[in-house]
Amino acid sequence: MSHPILNVEDVSKSYDGFKAISDLNFYLFEGELRTVIGPNGAGKSTFFDLITGRAKPDMGRIQFFEDDLTQLNEYEINRLGIGRKFQAPSVYRNHTVWENLLLSLSGTRGVFAALFHRLSSDQRDRIDELLKLIRLDEKRDLHAEQLSHGEKQWLEIGMLLASDPKVLLIDEPAAGMTDEETHRTGELLLSLAGKHSLVVVEHDMTFVKQIAQDTGVTVLHQGSVLFEGKFDEVQANPQVREVYLGRGKHEP
Amino acid sequence: MIAQPDNSRLKTELIIAGMIAFFMLVVMPILNAQGIISNFTINLWGKYLSYALLAISVDLLWGYTGLLSLGQALFFTLGGYMHGMYLMRMIGDLGQYQQPIPDFLVFLGWTELPNFWKPFSSFPFAFGMVLLVPGIVAGIFGFFAFRSRIKGVYFSILTQALTYAAAIMFFRNNLLLGGNNGFTDFKFILGFDILSATTQRWLYIATGVTLLGVYALCRWLSKTKFGLVQRAIRDGENRVLFSGYAAADYKLFVFVLSAMIASVAGALYVPQVGIINPGEMVPAKSLEAVVWVAVGGRGTLVGPIIGAIFINVLKSWAARAFPDLWLFLLGGLFILVVIFLPGGLVSLPERLRPVWAKIRSWFPSRAVAVTAPADSDSNPTKLN
Repeated sequence: MSHPILNVEDVSKSYDGFKAISDLNFYLFEGELRTVIGPNGAGKSTFFDLITGRAKPDMGRIQFFEDDLTQLNEYEINRLGIGRKFQAPSVYRNHTVWENLLLSLSGTRGVFAALFHRLSSDQRDRIDELLKLIRLDEKRDLHAEQLSHGEKQWLEIGMLLASDPKVLLIDEPAAGMTDEETHRTGELLLSLAGKHSLVVVEHDMTFVKQIAQDTGVTVLHQGSVLFEGKFDEVQANPQVREVYLGRGKHEP
Repeated sequence: MIAQPDNSRLKTELIIAGMIAFFMLVVMPILNAQGIISNFTINLWGKYLSYALLAISVDLLWGYTGLLSLGQALFFTLGGYMHGMYLMRMIGDLGQYQQPIPDFLVFLGWTELPNFWKPFSSFPFAFGMVLLVPGIVAGIFGFFAFRSRIKGVYFSILTQALTYAAAIMFFRNNLLLGGNNGFTDFKFILGFDILSATTQRWLYIATGVTLLGVYALCRWLSKTKFGLVQRAIRDGENRVLFSGYAAADYKLFVFVLSAMIASVAGALYVPQVGIINPGEMVPAKSLEAVVWVAVGGRGTLVGPIIGAIFINVLKSWAARAFPDLWLFLLGGLFILVVIFLPGGLVSLPERLRPVWAKIRSWFPSRAVAVTAPADSDSNPTKLN
């Protein structure tokens, strides 16, 4: 845990004068599971947009291992090993579950490679393995649009894993899930930590408590980091309570 | 939905396609040679089949990739022009002015053939240009359009503007491609009299074979991983980008391929109708092809073929029966299909299945009556 693999330093981004991200610093270490919380408008989505190349920062550096991410576009960044799960499940609805995973498997992405692509038995096994992991083995031949909301979320996580990324950026994985599904999602994410590095944005505090018991939590507020620490420390911090925990739904 | 039925449906489609192809490519030409089917009919169907090719090129972009191009008429016409240049050279000195160069060049004061016209005396060269010229135009345009991530309605507008600009260029005499009048009065193709029934029959067959080949190519394409990516771009381009695919490369490939298909369609069309001029190069023509695809069934391969043939048969008939009303008929049909049959004509059997089942339950057959006698009592069976 000596060198961070993802360095976000002094990054700012405004939209029409609104500072979505200001002087943000964020470091992610190998194998870490980091949860990012923050009230609406704290800049969580913009933060992911900046890392994945959807938006370019006005100022600052974003470095992943040796690569400067601010110079690359979405698919180049993905090829470096950064996968992103969107808040609204983003799967190919007219493709079968199996095809969704096939398209996400790591490997060449070129036009001509795709024309003459042959699936190897290793890749077939990998898809089977993923189908079991995300519990969609029985539904492999269904079109993705026929899945429930929670199943779509799982499929998208499976798609991320198929490309075997170094870092997974996961935006509100538990949204729209039943309690049981949420709990299983938490277990899945915990089991991935170590092998992958994860950044999870989440609103649901029960869920955060489940996954962030022994791992770091970053609190975003008005586009910069308000506090970083263990879940208990975050809960105890008066500043955090004021801007976030105190206002609104939550927490005994 | 599930892999199994999908495959059996594909099998039925292939069997039906094979039977139709056999009828159109073998039976019809033989009947024509026997004088049972008129030369006029064969010629008309040759035209329909080249329209069907154009429709496939539209659907490959619109139905399969989600790109509504209004530039397909441009590529269709470009193909027609490339082939037309060869046909103009084959007139030799049999034109009005009896000069060894095309009449319109004589009219413009030329005594010798301009250099760029010279290689078009060769059929293989002209054929190469049919593929190459639209391919290059589409390649350059597509490269910039897709790299700048132009999509949706902006892409449609841009392709429409491209077509419009090209038409203005082709209307000019100093492009040395016949200006307003374009090319006509063709006499020979590959040494055969272009107006003879035999030549026209072979042109019809060539169009049909090409259509069959393009259909097979697209069928294959849709089954590859490329086809999966293509439809993924249509349904969720974001996910594609964030999965490491350079969506722009895939779009460019499809755009160039479908420009070439449209161009071949135009090249086959011209010797059968005997004329090509910039009037064909208008966005309205592209739109017409979009209507064929929508009516036939977008996102399928049979749909565009059925749509192109159905609408043009209808047009040929309606234009004679109700010359003033046929455009309203076409427009009305389009609206009806979009509202009531979004899957197009190809989805009709599936849509009718429940209706059919209902009708059958009104008139129970004997077999049904035996297994379920209660049914025949409860149903209105007066007509039995």
